[in-house]
Parts: sequence; C-alpha cells; structure tokens
Amino acid sequence: MNKLIVSPSPHDENYLKTSAIMLNVIIALLPAYIAGCIYFGLRAVAVGAVCVGTSVLFEFLCRKLMKRENTIGDLSAVVTGLLLAMNLPSTIPLWIAAIGSFVAIVIVKQLFGGLGQNFANPAITARIVLMVSFPAAMTNWVAPFTHSVDEIDGLSSATPLVLEQLSGTTDHDLVPSYLDLFLGKTGGCIGETCALALLIGGLYLAARKIISLAAPLSFIGSLFILSWISGSDPVYQILAGGVFIGAFFMATDYATTPITTKGKIVFGLGCGIITFVIRQFGSFPEGVSFSILLMNVLTPYIEQLTRTKVFGAKEAEKE
Amino acid sequence: MKKLNGIQLKHRKNTENSSTVEFPVPAKVKIPMSMHMGAPCTPLVKAGDTVKVGQKIGDSDAAFSAPIHSGVSGTVKAITEYRNAMGAVCKAIEIETDGKQEISDEVRPPVINTKEEFIKAVRESGAVGLGGAGFPTHIKMNPKTEIDTLVLNGAECEPYITADYREMIEHPDDVIGGIRLVKEKLGIKWAKLAIEANKPEAIKNFTEMAAKDDTIDIVTLPSSYPQGAEKVIIYNSTDRIVKEGELPSDEGVIVMNISTIAFLYRYSKTGMPLVTRRLTVDGNAVGEPKNISTVIGTSFHELLDFCKTDIDSLRKVIAGGPMMGMSVPDIEMPVVKTSNALLAFKSYDERKTSSCIRCGRCVNVCPLGLMPAEIDKAYRIKDIDDLKKLKVMLCMNCGSCTYVCPANRKLAETNQLAKSLIPRK
Repeated sequence: MNKLIVSPSPHDENYLKTSAIMLNVIIALLPAYIAGCIYFGLRAVAVGAVCVGTSVLFEFLCRKLMKRENTIGDLSAVVTGLLLAMNLPSTIPLWIAAIGSFVAIVIVKQLFGGLGQNFANPAITARIVLMVSFPAAMTNWVAPFTHSVDEIDGLSSATPLVLEQLSGTTDHDLVPSYLDLFLGKTGGCIGETCALALLIGGLYLAARKIISLAAPLSFIGSLFILSWISGSDPVYQILAGGVFIGAFFMATDYATTPITTKGKIVFGLGCGIITFVIRQFGSFPEGVSFSILLMNVLTPYIEQLTRTKVFGAKEAEKE
Repeated sequence: MKKLNGIQLKHRKNTENSSTVEFPVPAKVKIPMSMHMGAPCTPLVKAGDTVKVGQKIGDSDAAFSAPIHSGVSGTVKAITEYRNAMGAVCKAIEIETDGKQEISDEVRPPVINTKEEFIKAVRESGAVGLGGAGFPTHIKMNPKTEIDTLVLNGAECEPYITADYREMIEHPDDVIGGIRLVKEKLGIKWAKLAIEANKPEAIKNFTEMAAKDDTIDIVTLPSSYPQGAEKVIIYNSTDRIVKEGELPSDEGVIVMNISTIAFLYRYSKTGMPLVTRRLTVDGNAVGEPKNISTVIGTSFHELLDFCKTDIDSLRKVIAGGPMMGMSVPDIEMPVVKTSNALLAFKSYDERKTSSCIRCGRCVNVCPLGLMPAEIDKAYRIKDIDDLKKLKVMLCMNCGSCTYVCPANRKLAETNQLAKSLIPRK
C-alpha cells in the first residue's frame, strides 16, 4: 500500500490555475492586437513578437540570475509583453521595444518580487518610461492602411487626441468620425485604437469572471460625465486614445489595483478624474497611462480604506 | 437581506439513492475515549471484562464531555493509546466481539418528565453533534439564555456525503418526532428545518409532513457551499446574525444536525445510546460507494474492503467531507461518533503553491466576508494587530478560499495558523 498523503483541508480544489487566467487575458487581448496588425501592417506583428519574446526572455534570465524558480510557465510575461506591444506605435524601433520589455519585466515586476508583488503596472510604466526617454519615437504615428512596402514609413498621422488639441474642435472634417474611432481606423498605438475589439475582449474576461467591470465602468463613466460637464465631446473623449485598453486591461490588473469592489470603483473614478484633468489642463494630449500609474501608487491606501465588512464582526475596541 | 458569499461545488452525491446497508458486527472494535469536543472520557472497563451492547464503557466528571458506550458484546482485550486524526492522543478500548450482540441491562427507555430529566437523559445517551463537530448535545441544550428557535441542519453541503440525506429519506418520522420532542421538553416555540435545494425529495416530504404544524417551518437553503456552517444556516433560516464572540443561543437559537435529533427520538423510545452511525463511503478508489450503518469502533479498512476498494491504490483517505474533513494517515483508524463519511482516493493532485496574484477570488467567496489574501500577507510578516483587524479569529475553516485559489495557496490553513498568533484573553 502507498503511504497516504496527509494534508490540511480542503482536499478538493477548482481547476482555474494562474496560467489559465493569463491565457484568457491573452485571448481577450488578441482581437485588438489583430486589429492593430491589420491597420498598421507587418511592422505591428514584429513589435508584438519582439515585446513578447524579450519579456519572456527577461523573465527567464532574471529569475535565473536571482536563483528563483522559473515562472515563464504562468504566462504572465506573455501578457505583459503583448500589452506593452499594444501600447507602442508600430513605427517604434525594435531595440526601444526591447528596452520597454526590460523596464516592465526586470525593473517593475521582478525587482519588486515578481508576479503579484509589483505595485505598478509593468506595461504602463514601461510605456511612460519610453515616452519620456524617446518622445519622438513614441509619437511617430502612422495612419492606418498606409504602411508601405518597406513597412517603416507609413503616412504620418496624429492621434485623435492630438488632432483635437490642435484643431480645438471635434468637427468630423478635421478629426476622425465616431465610427472610425470605434473601429480603430485612426493613428495611435498598435492595440489601443480599436475600441470595438477592446470591448469584446473586456466583455469576454468579464463573462469568464476573470475581471470585474467595476473599475472599467467607473473609469469610463467618470471620464464621460466630466468631459460632458466641461463641454467636451464625451463620446470622443472615451473612444479616442487609450481609455478602453487602459480601462479593461490595465485598471483591472490584479496586482496593482484594489481587491474589493468598493476599492475597484474608487480606483476607476480616480483614473477617470486624473485622465480628464491631464487631457483638459495638462500639456500632454493623453493622460490614461499617468492616471493608471498614479492610482497604482494609491492602491495600498485605497485597500486600507475599502476592506470588506466582516459578517457579525464587532468594531475594534479602542485601546 | 444581504446574501452571503458561497461557492458552487460539484455535489458528487453518488450515494443519494443508496439505501443504508447494515455492516455486520466486526470481529474487533476500537473505541476511542475522545470522540467529542471537550474532556476525554476515562475507561470504566478493564482488559478481560465482558461488555454488552449499550453498556457505558467511558465517562468523565467534566461538565463538558459526553459518555461513551459499547456497540458490541464481547471481551475487552486491551486499553491502548490512540492518536486520532487531529493528532491528539487518548485512550481507546479494544473489544473482541462474541457475535451474540447481547443487550445490556442498562438499556431502557429514559424517564423524562421535566426539562432537567431530559437534559440528563441526553447526556446519558452519549449524544454529540453528528454533523462532524461532535459538540456534546446536552451542553447545547442547556444554555443560559432563552431559546425561541430550534434550527435543524439538513444542509449536508459537503460533496459526496449523503448520510444525513438518507436519514431524512429513511426515517422522516424520527426527524419530526425528535423536533417535537426537543421543542416540547425545552419549551422552544419554533423549529426551522433547513435543507439545501439539492435535496428536493426531502424538502417535499417534510413540507407535506409539517403542513399542519405551524411551528415547524421547512426552509430551502440555496445550493451554495457552505450552507451547513452554523452562522450561515442561522442567518439563512432566521435572518439572525450571530455576532463575534456570541454563541447561537445568545441570539435565541440552537442548531442541531438532523441525524442527531432523529437519534434522540429513537433514544427516548428505546434507551439505546449512541453506538452506531451511518456514514457514506465514496471516492474514486471505492468500487461500490455505499451508505453504511455500523457500530462505532469499526475500522475504516473493513468498511473500505466491504465497498470493494482497491486498498493498494490508495493515495488519500479522508474522514469527513473533502472540504472540511481530515485526511487520515492510517486506514486502521476506527469509525467514531462524528464520522459522517469515509472518502478514499487513488489519485490526488498535489499542485505547487505559487505567488498570490491578488485576484481577489478568496475575498469574493468567503461567506463571512474575510479577506484571506490580506490575512496571508499579514501572517507572513506576523502583523498581529492587522490580523486582529482582519478578524481572522472568525474564520470557520470552510476551505472555500483555498478551493478557489488559482495559485493553490493554502489560505484556510494559513488562517488557522494565524489564529494561533493572536494571544488569548
């Protein structure tokens, strides 16, 4: 007879593993990434391959160097790489994309303890680091379907938010129509333009109960309402830029956002407000990345204030 | 009314239609002196003594305890040391049976006129909570506060187990009789018989039986684990919240398992103390899953053989359900008063634990609204103040958090370890 295994209860478990969750996130990201590849061509495929490849490589090397268990099997590095690629313009030099992976995986994630321990979203932080380090390369947008044979020099374009800032209007002669914005036929980062595909991915994750819609809804909702009150075109504000990718895929990141529903709502509201303030009053046309990073920093405090109410618990006695 | 969190489990009630089978009296039984919460009993017999069925063989002077009786007639072979599944050591009486099953003179229907006589009779019956916790029933029945509601726990929310269900299907009159007996003797106004929605036949039967009795209410519990947890069943059947540090009786409620109450009814008629019990034998190593009624002290090994289990293939054996049961190191251990199931598995997936990804699943499933992920973090840095704030002491170890954790973190176990860090007042 075998030696019996003795372990504490429960002896049953469900079968959704960390890697399965990550795989679902990858599946949910794919529609928007594929849309980006269609709009911006093979170059977008190359950026994706480099980001995912280097992210996994850095994760592997970093864990090895730190003499820790290899964790590439949990697929979280693939998610980070893909998300990073989707946050870069298709024209980005590939070596800069690789630096982005290094920042995301090594500096933001592994140096803070690896999966689940990082306080800031790796992809967002890498995007911001690249944005301040290589501002020209990070804003070299091309218009969709204009990538030429050599794949680098498409027709230069600006993002919808830049167009709006320059023209001071959302007159559709000068800026993209709602439909173009919704379908993603505008200049922008590879994975952020197609709101429709991002929505499909986000709803897929919500349907699989991987994410809660509390943060995305409060993020998009608060931005919509604030833009409306301030007199901007609210539909334009939520469809343009990185709102959908930020709301569905970054404001729902497990490690860097609050756990409770109350906390998630506060997080989303904060993102919406900060995005609005940066767009309206800041010198940057876009504020989604900064808003998420700032709220990441506030997350531990939000957590403290939004803990669950324990059933039947008495208030802590004053000592 | 706020809905409490819970999880959807695969019920795996493979034995729900398996009528109870009597297990033949084994050649040898081993009866531990601690099968209940509270003080262990002292053996009243010694090696060489002959015992009869229903004879008291262990008792204690402590108020918080319950006496132990023999379920067989035969000769005491030895009094040995026995380590139970919890790791505690107590005495055990080993009896070689003679197969005659002669009934002891001690067995006669109790005389019950007053509440005091009733509680005394309950103590003498050796009754303890048969749902698994083993709380001495006579203590439960004698609270300091006024009780107006008796809640009967027919949730049986753990996968596999159908022992209580078979009691409800096979002996519904004993269940109703027991409810009336306890209500009358203790002067309790209302009874709520709470059954999980996955047992429609039992709900239908009892609804018909209690149709003319306004004081007995049949409550259908939602089919989500853990409905059988005391605080959860009280809340879902009476809307009352048992607060931190309180007992159910402080809210005017007593909760009893339906098998316990059916036993009390039979005891009041026959005087035969608690010497047998029904348990479900199941699991993927068991060839023929069954509900078995057997004398307390029968070894698990014999029951597994009886159910055509491939003993050589066993990897894990659980006394109780898969969520809260204890995994046992040795199949020679005996059936005790609280054994509601014996589960045997030939495969057991021991997954590695990985980092918490802060997905919040544990928080979303905790029926009491605890935050296991935060407790885990506070435990690792031994932050006792935070553990107190996180109310870890309220954890009832239902296991839901560990069950849903994608990183396979042993959160329920950590909660129990964290409790030990908090100094007791």
